Amino acid sequence: MTTATNIQPDYNMKVVRQFTLTTILWGIVGMSVGVLIAAQLIWPALNFDTPWLTYSRLRPLHTNAVIFAFGTSALMATSFYVVQRTCQTRLFGGPLASIVFWGWQIVILSAAISLPLGYTTSKEYAELEWPIDLLITAIWVVYATVFFGTMAIRKTSHIYVANWFFGAFILTVAVLHIVNSMAIPVSMSSMKSYSVYAGAVDAMVQWWYGHNAVGFLLTAGFLGMMYYFVPKQANRPVYSYRLSIIHFWALIAVYIWAGPHHLHYTALPDWAQSLGMVMSLILFAPSWGGMINGIMTLSGAWHKLRTDPILRFLVVSLSFYGMSTFEGPMMAIKTVNALSHYTDWTVGHVHSGALGWVAMVSIGSIYHLVPRLFGQKGMYSTALVNLHFWLATIGTVLYIVAMWISGVMQGLMWRAVNEDGTLTYTFVESLEKSYPFYTIRFVGGAIFLTGMFIMAYNTYKTVSAEEGSIKPQELG
Amino acid sequence: MDFATFNGLYTLFLIIIFVALILWAYSKKQKQTFEEMGNSIFEDDLDSKQYESTSSEHTGAKK
Repeated sequence: MTTATNIQPDYNMKVVRQFTLTTILWGIVGMSVGVLIAAQLIWPALNFDTPWLTYSRLRPLHTNAVIFAFGTSALMATSFYVVQRTCQTRLFGGPLASIVFWGWQIVILSAAISLPLGYTTSKEYAELEWPIDLLITAIWVVYATVFFGTMAIRKTSHIYVANWFFGAFILTVAVLHIVNSMAIPVSMSSMKSYSVYAGAVDAMVQWWYGHNAVGFLLTAGFLGMMYYFVPKQANRPVYSYRLSIIHFWALIAVYIWAGPHHLHYTALPDWAQSLGMVMSLILFAPSWGGMINGIMTLSGAWHKLRTDPILRFLVVSLSFYGMSTFEGPMMAIKTVNALSHYTDWTVGHVHSGALGWVAMVSIGSIYHLVPRLFGQKGMYSTALVNLHFWLATIGTVLYIVAMWISGVMQGLMWRAVNEDGTLTYTFVESLEKSYPFYTIRFVGGAIFLTGMFIMAYNTYKTVSAEEGSIKPQELG
Repeated sequence: MDFATFNGLYTLFLIIIFVALILWAYSKKQKQTFEEMGNSIFEDDLDSKQYESTSSEHTGAKK
């Protein structure tokens, strides 16, 4: 094993390296499936008349792969790195970290096999069936043990704010997963299970889970990344450490109540819908507090954006975070939701967060990590990092703009009624009008994916270069 | 105590906690401590050397 010269030798960087490289691998896999299903919406023949490649089976494969394989690998890599560096101690539990890595890979492979075979609980973002759910629980307990164990044996007097966010993410995801996945198998030899909840309660539990997977996995965890990697890459402390404390407590206290906005105008009681709407609107404040804290870290050092594409990734990810967390509360307003719900607007909103925020902050953090983990002073090519930045930005913008237009159009067509009260348009008419936007979305996604391949090439060249042979570069 | 009264008092309790948190975080006494915490990620750090030449004079980051 090569130990990077610039990292203190007693840190466990092996598991960080493993998760860093698998983040890129699973990013490419998950996003490729996304591009494939985007193409299927334009050319349905791309399912090749096989059940394993139907849209309905590949769509959960795409979401699971990007959230739990790409996103969670990035979170595990960065949380293990940050907790060691900020606690100035080696990961707790010795071989437990390796169990987390290999166990998580088994979870990912189980999902990649069982979902195309058609095994699903039909709960969005919790489609995996009960045996895999049990495995996830076991691995997650080990992950929490390693993370919190490391915090417990820290050499520093305080716990840096990034660890608070990572800790909240790990703890809350454990609770969410266990509560929402409560199910009774048909028999012990069957993959099929039924949820212990029924009716509107099942729906409420599902979206309490679903929205907090967004809030704690896709937000709190990645905010942990932000609070470490933005200051490190900018080489300045975070804009306001005090604001980060308010940010943390306000965000975690409010997020947990916002789930009902996924169930507007359904069988969920009206008071619960209104509560979800109000809490979603309040959520705007801590979200923007955090975003401003991240972006203002660069105040007085904006010039660094001219020469450092990694910093561009991090700062633009925060801009997309600000956009999505403004759009989200707006869409949670019941009257706006009446237009946006079930349309492509939702898909656009999700990808504004997923591509613009989650993927770009992860990519920036990984570009920061790779040279440090493999004993180099910089990535093999800063120009390629910059190219990746532009491909990611253009891809995301094409994607979300296409989905906004398509979504608003769909919403307006579906609600249009003639004077006698009949619907003006059939569903198929709205579908036909959506085709051009599906094509733009496909192109945007393909551009984003191309950037990931460039990242893989750049990483390969960095990792395989002779240790210490790559000098730091700046854009000209 | 009926449910509505309990909810009202609980909400009030949370508001007081939150205001107390803000007052604590922004009190003059804590200023120094929090600035040190913000700077702590730059302590004992060999890998930021590559940026040392450009590390701005106005960062306040402890090297």
